[in-house]
Amino acid sequence: MRILVNGDSREVRAADLSAALEELGYAGAVIATAVNGEFVAANERQAAQLAEGDELEVLAPMQGG
Amino acid sequence: MLQLYEAQLRSRLLLGSARYPSPAILTEAIRSSGAEVVTVSLRRESAGERAGQGFWSIVQSLVRDLGVRVLPNTAGCHSAKEAITTAHMGREVFGTSWVKLEVIGEDDTLQPDVFGLLEAARVLAAEGFEVFPYTTEDLIVAERLLEAGCRVLMPWGSPIGSGRGLNNLFGLKALRARYPEVPMVVDAGIGVPSHAAQALELGFDAVLINTAVSQARDPVGMAAAFAQAVAAGRAAHRAGPMEPRELATPSTPLVGKAFLS
Repeated sequence: MRILVNGDSREVRAADLSAALEELGYAGAVIATAVNGEFVAANERQAAQLAEGDELEVLAPMQGG
Repeated sequence: MLQLYEAQLRSRLLLGSARYPSPAILTEAIRSSGAEVVTVSLRRESAGERAGQGFWSIVQSLVRDLGVRVLPNTAGCHSAKEAITTAHMGREVFGTSWVKLEVIGEDDTLQPDVFGLLEAARVLAAEGFEVFPYTTEDLIVAERLLEAGCRVLMPWGSPIGSGRGLNNLFGLKALRARYPEVPMVVDAGIGVPSHAAQALELGFDAVLINTAVSQARDPVGMAAAFAQAVAAGRAAHRAGPMEPRELATPSTPLVGKAFLS
């Protein structure tokens, strides 16, 4: 299915968020995730099923003021 | 000591981590500032570049080697919903319930949207976050933020990154006088150490600086200058500044002056 990952259209085979993150190359990374504007905690990723057109945000620590 | 929520802090200078020439200079600037609280943020992570993972290792070493606490922000959020989601993401990544809550209302001045701010503060405080709201000097907004559960206020000095110092002295003094017991950190717009000293002289508890240090020609030297200014401003506040007067008053006593004309 095609989903948006940080604004870019991507094809993923995985059905849940945890597997999708691995497929997208985020394995082992310190990240936080949101799907369609809703926060998905790390321990909820496996249960979070993805659907065509979902908008996934993958954020990581960054410098800030 | 400065108390911000449960934390007892020696330094009254909080430092932002953005826009330094290099990670090494960031680390040295924090060390030279003596800051015990450093603001951080979240941005989109590319699986290829993994820039955030590099910064994460810097954060870990700051916490381990310098003992700093991180204060995740919600910079760039334009709605309460966006800020609330970002706060949850920051809490998970950084492992702290502290959040510097920013809801921006307008892009030219980066002025806080105080309505969105209050809405987000209510939700987050009820969820157990320790909210540091980036606000204006407005007294009624301050009152509502305190009612919402904020136990620290962060009024702006002037627009973020402008370096204009304390733009509304009257308003800031009124805010300080209205809530003498609430810890207040002047955040944003401080350009030079004298601005920071002025904030502390007025009785503000601390200042949060980023651009004024990170964009200085020598950020490490400027961080040290700010540390001195904050210490001087605090000492002056405790010593009780004199009241300004309209007319001159001779400082040398007139009594006993020779009559020579």
